[in-house]
Amino acid sequence: MSSTVATPAAEPRTNYLNVDYGWKSWVFSTDHKRIAVMYLITIAFMILVGGSFAILVRLELATPAGDMLQSETYNKIFTMHGVVMVFFFLIPGVPAVLGNFLVPIMIGAKDLAFPKVNLLSYYIFLVGILLTLLAAAMGGIDTGWTFYTPYSSTYSNGQVALAAVAVFITGFSSILTGLNFVVTIHKMRAPGMTWFRLPLFIWAHYATSLIILLSTPVVAITIVLVALERLFHVGVFDPTYGGDPVLFQHMFWFYSHPAVYIMILPAMGVISELISAFSKKRVFGYPVVAFSSLAIAVIGFFVWGHHMFVTGQSTYAGVVFSVITMLVAVPSAIKVFNWVSTMYKGDIWMTTPMCFAIAFIGLFTVGGLTGIFLGTMGLDIHMHDTYFVVAHFHYVMVGGMVTAFWGGLHFWWPKMFGRMYPENMGRVSAAIIFIGFNMTFFPQFILGYMGMPRRYHFYPEEWQVLNVLSTAGATLLGLGYLLPMVYLPWSLKFGKVAGKNPWAAKGLEWETDSPPTTFNFDKVPVVTEEAYAYPEGARHQPEAKVV
Amino acid sequence: MWKGIPLFPDSASTYSDAVDYFYLALVVISIFFTVLVAALVVVFAIRFRTRPGSAGAVQIHGSHGLEIFWTVVPLVIVMALFVWSTKIWFVITRPPAHAEQYYVTGKQWMWKIQHPTGQREINMLHVPVGVPIQLRMISEDVIHSFFIPAFRVKRDVLPGRYSTMWFEATKAGTYHLFCAEYCGTKHSQMIGSVIVMEQADYELWLAGAAAGESPQAQGEKLFAASRCDTCHTGKPDARGPDFKGLWGTQVQLSDGSSVIFNEDYVRESILLPTAKTVAGFQQLMPTYAGQLGEDQILSLIAYLKSLSDPAQGGAKP
Repeated sequence: MSSTVATPAAEPRTNYLNVDYGWKSWVFSTDHKRIAVMYLITIAFMILVGGSFAILVRLELATPAGDMLQSETYNKIFTMHGVVMVFFFLIPGVPAVLGNFLVPIMIGAKDLAFPKVNLLSYYIFLVGILLTLLAAAMGGIDTGWTFYTPYSSTYSNGQVALAAVAVFITGFSSILTGLNFVVTIHKMRAPGMTWFRLPLFIWAHYATSLIILLSTPVVAITIVLVALERLFHVGVFDPTYGGDPVLFQHMFWFYSHPAVYIMILPAMGVISELISAFSKKRVFGYPVVAFSSLAIAVIGFFVWGHHMFVTGQSTYAGVVFSVITMLVAVPSAIKVFNWVSTMYKGDIWMTTPMCFAIAFIGLFTVGGLTGIFLGTMGLDIHMHDTYFVVAHFHYVMVGGMVTAFWGGLHFWWPKMFGRMYPENMGRVSAAIIFIGFNMTFFPQFILGYMGMPRRYHFYPEEWQVLNVLSTAGATLLGLGYLLPMVYLPWSLKFGKVAGKNPWAAKGLEWETDSPPTTFNFDKVPVVTEEAYAYPEGARHQPEAKVV
Repeated sequence: MWKGIPLFPDSASTYSDAVDYFYLALVVISIFFTVLVAALVVVFAIRFRTRPGSAGAVQIHGSHGLEIFWTVVPLVIVMALFVWSTKIWFVITRPPAHAEQYYVTGKQWMWKIQHPTGQREINMLHVPVGVPIQLRMISEDVIHSFFIPAFRVKRDVLPGRYSTMWFEATKAGTYHLFCAEYCGTKHSQMIGSVIVMEQADYELWLAGAAAGESPQAQGEKLFAASRCDTCHTGKPDARGPDFKGLWGTQVQLSDGSSVIFNEDYVRESILLPTAKTVAGFQQLMPTYAGQLGEDQILSLIAYLKSLSDPAQGGAKP
């Protein structure tokens, strides 16, 4: 088909996609780009699984009475929604797909430092998924994705041990990917690619990898202890056996709060790239943005207690966790202001990725600000475990991370597959996602302040209108997410051939072929300038021809 | 369309208005920053859009002044918010000295409540207006959370450990009571009502409700029935400590450390007597784990407490 489309770069070159077609060349591939594509397909499947659960939850909540599902089933469905989305999409989404593909190329390397370990981490991930789906098929779990003890360790009747093993195994996939990134970024940079010439996408992945390496082992141990208590009654968390139920929450949030930054930092890295490329400008305050990622990574380790203001941790422990939580708001605010300033006096091209980037800034701002509500104890004592929390973390996770994921996927799609996606379809889907998202989750802030607790199958009748609004929004949002899942695969065959650099963007990834060859570059690139070195007066195509 | 559809919760406790003011202040701040960011983004996206004849990008590397400005301003704002909210936090977490003690036991999936005067209720809590009330709460199984949105307060109810919360209702009415911590299949049906009544109505209700014995009277009977009194005789040669005047005081333990004689210590000593033995006594007490339920332990606690309350004929601590 490609031969029928006339392009300047029509010469048939081998690239990582057409170098070999046998199935073995995929499943045993150690090429970071092929592994990224395998992750992409796997994660796309998990989005559909997790999204179906979300739709069931919203449909059930359209009426105050639990009239579609039984409570037990409803509880299992929101649990599976959380487990699938958190562990198999939000955490690996950007790093395992975009990071895997781009980290080596952006720093001028031919692969990650440990290509076989990279493949291993994919298969560990796959085993984690299969075990989770097996747990779902064998009856599922109803603990919530947070696995709070002693409910999970003693009282719940479900496949908790199996799901725990699945999450435990998946953690190793994260750890190996993080390790690979850290070593690669330290040791494999091309000549001239100094630390302060790295794209901010790389800085964000570096900070993320550090968090993964330091925090994931803690949740692994925690999950093992839950399984031990459940299977062999080793008293760790259940007071019946002499344990402490709150200890679990400390250990769990010691991982799971930093995990929030595992999800959002790579997304912030994507946004820096998008805003720079489509404003034709260097990111405003580059070193500040880079260090704010590290600041978030470090401070993020000391705020876990803000999930436990009402559990009975001491009053003063609450005060300490609250003040540190306030501090972590600052680097996030700095990033937002720097992105906005990057647009100032730029040459802005509102492509689909840029639409997603702007949607991200708006939604992340709301998500971040509502985090302050929850970090202040006087309010959290009322809002904890209500729909306000649900709305807040969906604004950060879905409005933030998922929006950035779509933006990044559209931006690098021509690089990954050599074809352009349909631009207008992209803009339409970005608009639908933005509207649908706000319609779904904004009413939940109001519901939360009125006191609607999360994880409620039944709710008082006076809250129905807002819930119906939310469900209607979710339908729109689902449609918005389905559109790219149709037109992106479509573009693989029918999209315009992209060429090396369809955006005329800066960055090593745009200097190699689309799709890149197996080893990314014909010869090792030498870096002579800082990241985003757009010239004064830089403009987008078609003006680019004039320059 | 919005008529009759609530968008803001009732406010019915002494501190609920303070929480609301803080909330509204945060809403205003959030709207300000969201509108600011959104307006800048939209204006820039239009003003600096690429088009034939556009000026092109002006490369600006950054600005120390601006970076400091937007580091310091958010920092000052969040620290001010922190101080404000922490003041509210101390109000909500520190009960007044003479709050009435109510006992709450949570279990899958119901709330059991006992009044100081002995009345018991399930999934209902009747309280008078204008009286500070402290709930002493424990769970018989998993973690629950006692949540009264109209009072702007909740507290987790843990197994194996007491937690407390307090409030003073200001407005008669019927309000939601929810379990806010996910606790299993019927979590969303672990709900009830808090019924706030004028003092006179509350007295009437108390008189009409099936009045049981007060918790300390029950505790006193249980103290005898469980044979606690064979050792804790209150005499000088007794095999167990005398409880008169002991409540709230520091007690020396046989290992040299000390502990405050309070609810948690009493509960622990009933269920696990070997854990902390009072100095000067041999460890002879058997465990009552499995024999006494959480409700009964709470009654015993009420009784032991009354032994140190001069108003109830006990000795001064």
